[in-house]
Amino acid sequence: MAVTEDAPVHRARLGGGVRTPPPVRPRRRGIGWAQRLEIAALSGPAILMFVGFVIFPVLMAAYYGFYRWKGFGPPTDFVGLDNYVTILKDTAFHEALWHNGQIVVLSIVLQGPIALGLALLLNHRMRGQSVIRVLIFVPYVISEVIVGTAWALMLQTNGAVNDILRTIGLGGLTEDWLANPKIAIWTLMLILTWKYVGFAVILFLAGMQNIPSELTEAAAVDGASYWQTQRRIMLPLLGPTIRIWAFLSIIGALQLFDLVYIIWGQYVASTAGTSTMATYMVTEGRNAGNYGYGNAVAVVLFVISMIIALVYQRFVLRRDTEGALTSGR
Amino acid sequence: MSRTTRPAVYLAALMLVGLMLGPVIYIIIGGFRTNSQITSEPAALPDPWVFGNYTDVLTGDTFWRQVGNSTFAALVTTVGVVGLGVMASYVLARYRFRGRGAMYALFAAGLMFPMTVAITPLYVLIKNLGLINTLPGVILPQIAFGLPTTIIILVPFLQAIPKEIEEAAAIDRCSRLGFFWRMVLPLSVPGLITTGILAFIASWNSYLLPLFILNDQEGFTLPLGVQAFASEYSVDTAKVLAFTSLSMIPALIFFSLFERRIVGGLTGAVKG
Repeated sequence: MAVTEDAPVHRARLGGGVRTPPPVRPRRRGIGWAQRLEIAALSGPAILMFVGFVIFPVLMAAYYGFYRWKGFGPPTDFVGLDNYVTILKDTAFHEALWHNGQIVVLSIVLQGPIALGLALLLNHRMRGQSVIRVLIFVPYVISEVIVGTAWALMLQTNGAVNDILRTIGLGGLTEDWLANPKIAIWTLMLILTWKYVGFAVILFLAGMQNIPSELTEAAAVDGASYWQTQRRIMLPLLGPTIRIWAFLSIIGALQLFDLVYIIWGQYVASTAGTSTMATYMVTEGRNAGNYGYGNAVAVVLFVISMIIALVYQRFVLRRDTEGALTSGR
Repeated sequence: MSRTTRPAVYLAALMLVGLMLGPVIYIIIGGFRTNSQITSEPAALPDPWVFGNYTDVLTGDTFWRQVGNSTFAALVTTVGVVGLGVMASYVLARYRFRGRGAMYALFAAGLMFPMTVAITPLYVLIKNLGLINTLPGVILPQIAFGLPTTIIILVPFLQAIPKEIEEAAAIDRCSRLGFFWRMVLPLSVPGLITTGILAFIASWNSYLLPLFILNDQEGFTLPLGVQAFASEYSVDTAKVLAFTSLSMIPALIFFSLFERRIVGGLTGAVKG
């Protein structure tokens, strides 16, 4: 997150004068019982909660995925890899996967530049700045249910959006925004951008404020224009923040469920071309009563997310998380 | 940045605010209209303004019960996530021990576990614990799923507390736990507030988990309530809009009160 690049700034400022090497502490060599107890007492509760309510259910999902199971009693009808074979052959799943892929790419391509522009804009000192900052996060703060309900109402064929288009003389642009398979995915992207761009802006703003103003001031003294400063100083220093944001965005896009499910419901999503792996999972799993199959889909979704996340961490995030994710070795 | 802000910047900012707020304003204003007004002209102002939709919702007890449920769930979740999160983050940030990397990787991997993946087994687990239709059944998994984000944000935050402070505390015979309690917690308040707000909003808005766990109207949180209300009164669009706009007010108030702290928290303690 944005705070990762915070550390050097902190040290440079607070420890600026005292650059002597820290004294070697004897406890480095081995840790005593007292310290082990502290570690256990402090991290134990979090680990227990996390293992009990995150890891354990995920493992159970993998287990249930091997069964044909209707959700009552313990699963008994072991079917091996049958569920997985069915998933990988199902064209409905292929479509969902393809939609997820589009959403991943489009989210970054659309939201990244927009959020960067907005963060630059809001980094200006101007009147009403704090009010604007609050307002831009409003869509991010309100729930998916509200966003979905409202947009679904506005985007109906006889809804507000088409009405406004007709009023301003663009009647030719009216569309069946939700049901037309050619544009439904773009409608979804519009709503997603509207909803989540605030989160990107919040991160970018925080990242920008971490950049010491001495750097931009020095550039200004050297005669750099505003845009040169942004391009040569802000952007490169914002790199870690942008890469972390992109990571969160990718994971979120792969797991997208709420908005699609609320706006398009369980059946229309696939015909409108907006179904995702998660909506496929709930529709084919829970709603169809095939809990074993649903869990197998969950496993596939997880494996795909995991592979993408690992590849991204290996090739993109490596520099940023060095010493964080890899320090265990 | 630039010393004089040009009008173009203001104009851009204004358009931006319009775009972001348009739909929200549509919901709020729509609540002041009648259904026939909405049907005949979907995007017009109320004429005349009617207040019946709002007063109906506000005088019924459904709305208030759901506000109570959502508030309780969100507050307990927030306290749990931040409390457990900061303790584990402190260990990860300031202790050197074998398995530290593995522990960090465990929580970091949690970012990749969407609740969707685990929702069916979670439902079974909560059922076995006898917590179906209770708020703790929603709160416990929410705390667990909130931990990864909290820890990922807090660890660098706690690492940034200079070693010198810890050494000074050690010289003053302050134990590690004492250091945690007296120095780390106060110094990391901005980070705690940031993660706390994220946890609160996530809980306030959470939909999938309550959908599985809470089947009883009595226990509904606001998102479930909004959806139930929207399908129950599907022909009464105006009332749905009124209900919807009222249900987003608490989160908005909460957020605007602490907005400064969110950006400030992400920015770090020293500059604030």
